[in-house]
Amino acid sequence: MSDVQWKNPVVKWVDERLPVFSLMHHSTVGYPTPKNLNYWWNFGSLALTCLIIMIVTGIFLAMSYTPHASMAFDSVERIMRDVNYGWLLRYLHANGASMFFIVVYIHMFRNMYYGSYRAPREMLWFLGLAIYLAMMATGFLGYVLPWGQMSFWGATVITNLFSAIPLVGDDVVTWLWGGFSVDNPTLNRFFSLHYLLPFVIFALVALHLWALHVVKSNNPAGVEIKSEEDTIPFHPYYTIKDLYGIAIFMIIYLAFVFWAPNFLGHPDNYIEANPMVTPPHIVPEWYYLPFYAILRAFTADAIIYIPFGWFFITPKLAGVIAMFGAIIVLFFLPWLDTSKVLSAKYRPVFKQFFWIFVINVLILGYCGAKSPTDTLFGIKLEIVSQVATFYYFAHLMVLTPLIGWMEKTREVPNSIAAAVTKPTKTEEA
Amino acid sequence: MRKFVISAVFGAVLAASAVVGSAFAAGDAVKVEGQDWSFSGVFGKYDKKQLQRGFLVYKDVCAGCHGLRQVAYRNLLEIGLTEEAVKEYAAEFEVPAGPNDDGETIVDGELLVRPAKLSDKMVPPFANEQAARVSNSGAFPPDLSLMTKARMNGPDYLYALLTKYEEEVPEAFLKEYKEKHGEEFVLPEGMSFNHVFPGYQIAMAQPLSEESVEYEDGTEPTLENHAKDVTAFLNWAAEPELEARKSMGVKVMIFLLLLSVMLFALKKRIWSDVH
Ligand code: HEC
Ligand code: HEM
Repeated sequence: MSDVQWKNPVVKWVDERLPVFSLMHHSTVGYPTPKNLNYWWNFGSLALTCLIIMIVTGIFLAMSYTPHASMAFDSVERIMRDVNYGWLLRYLHANGASMFFIVVYIHMFRNMYYGSYRAPREMLWFLGLAIYLAMMATGFLGYVLPWGQMSFWGATVITNLFSAIPLVGDDVVTWLWGGFSVDNPTLNRFFSLHYLLPFVIFALVALHLWALHVVKSNNPAGVEIKSEEDTIPFHPYYTIKDLYGIAIFMIIYLAFVFWAPNFLGHPDNYIEANPMVTPPHIVPEWYYLPFYAILRAFTADAIIYIPFGWFFITPKLAGVIAMFGAIIVLFFLPWLDTSKVLSAKYRPVFKQFFWIFVINVLILGYCGAKSPTDTLFGIKLEIVSQVATFYYFAHLMVLTPLIGWMEKTREVPNSIAAAVTKPTKTEEA
Repeated sequence: MRKFVISAVFGAVLAASAVVGSAFAAGDAVKVEGQDWSFSGVFGKYDKKQLQRGFLVYKDVCAGCHGLRQVAYRNLLEIGLTEEAVKEYAAEFEVPAGPNDDGETIVDGELLVRPAKLSDKMVPPFANEQAARVSNSGAFPPDLSLMTKARMNGPDYLYALLTKYEEEVPEAFLKEYKEKHGEEFVLPEGMSFNHVFPGYQIAMAQPLSEESVEYEDGTEPTLENHAKDVTAFLNWAAEPELEARKSMGVKVMIFLLLLSVMLFALKKRIWSDVH
């Protein structure tokens, strides 16, 4: 790591005792990156940008926020009205959460498309999933803090899921609440945990990047780096490309903040929490909707429920198992994918199924947003979500290994360098 | 570049589809007509004259039943009322005075009070929900400070709510209702018919009509104008930061667009030697 000679005496002095400058050099200028990365590779740096924005705005919000059931709602309004630029902080934070999820979802689908979860990057994929789980928890906890109607009822519905655990379920729920309903103790602990988890995420991100720097980036060709010809230094090539991406991202993100700050939120959350009034539809934040649909798909008469019935599992517990299972299966994806080829670019069949999977997830999201009695193309959503839930698991657990075995893949280039140099006319002929 | 556009579009579609879904989920609320608001759009601004008229409507009509507890009297200066007028208005209300020199807050069983000041939050018409219900035959008039944000299409909904009352339930509605729900629509005693309120029956009697309030600036005192003005005022009460937000947005966007163009040019240059 000490292959760099530092000229500045202060830098040199520090570096000889703690090689932070060498580390920085090593992971930027000295870090070889595939030269063929496309713009889908911008979403990692965008996710980090989001995390930093969330932590900074969150810390400032916490300075003016009061985690008490009778004061939380008004304290958020005070932030909006009386704290200097408080409205900006809060809208950055609330919309930042949505942007963070959009970015991370695109990042995850990118990994699925290019096979980035495959050997040797399994650890990277696991750490990513751990980050995603921690984000889901953080987002849920944060949404409870403004103590509006959706905060309160969302918290009630989601914590109640744990009552499906056999034998100890109800005790677990009481323990989570710190009482016999969602109330002040719940709000207090949720605030504490909402403050903690982002720093856990930060640590996970550090590990994620460490793992990345060991195995190096995948790339659209899905072939490993073989020679220096395949790479360019991260800095300045990808620093400038990432900066450009961040600028474009900020345009989209801030357009929401300045002109549609409540577009992604729910109007009911501007009504203070009231345990006596249940809103007509309790909907989670948009980023949980596909999982919410999977949860609700398991009704007593659903075909997908039948196997659970054999083991005396209640429909509610089956839904909870499936909901968590939907993320757990992703941990097995590196082995469920049996193809020799990583990138969907050279997998004509998988490529189509990938997009069907994406659409299927969007359909699940739609089902999660609407009531099960509504319809999509004339079909009752209850049925749609059952089929889509089945397909979600079928894609990952059955189709993915099968396609891997049976698909006739296209010819993969020998190297990254070969993938980017366009074949000359004579070669083509 | 093309790829980036695709990814941006993809992201937007992903967000939009989720949004459309959640928006739909917000309820079976009847569609309301969109209105022209001076404060909507990229460069939206409040019309101060309109806010002042709206305040008049609120003060003379709605304030009897609905509070604005998130708004302080001093905030009313922002819509162009004079300090004198606001001080005078605030002094009509009483707030707890806090301990006197003997450390008492209650003397002879009476809470010590003083007239409200500019720094106080607006005093609601009822001490608590129970008191409000007693005075409104069991119904609860909600606080209006966040009303336009607490309803889907807030301002448009509010305007429709205030203007779409009917004295008699219309025949056409009764027929349509029966076809859809298979049973008769009955309006209970003490309820009013409203086209946009969920369930079509509301415990608030039509609060506004022609000439409810006398305008001093020559604006026609029609129901529509009253409704529009009070809605604009309530939107200001819910989003007093709107003008600052939008004008900052314009500046930030101009900056970001220039920055993006420059970063893109720089990126092109740096990458020009990569094959
Ligand atoms: C006589 C008392 C009274 C007056 C005056 C009054 N309201 Fe109401 N208002 C009510 C009551 C009671 C309700 C609750 C209705 C219900 O839940 O059915 C209500 C409900 C509302 C709602 C909530 C509707 C919803 O979607 O839940 C709004 C908005 C509203 N009023 C606005 C106004 C405005 C604006 C004015 C002044 C122009 C006004 N009200 C004047 C009594 C009043
Ligand atoms: C992973 C990063 C984070 C995510 C995804 C996240 C998410 C959220 C969400 C969804 C809300 C509700 C916003 C609303 O509707 O008003 C919220 C509120 C809040 N968050 Fe965070 N947050 C993160 C980091 C942080 C951090 C690091 C802090 C403090 C140090 C923090 C402090 C707060 C506070 C005080 C609120 C309540 C104020 C409000 O509702 O606007 N957050 N968060």
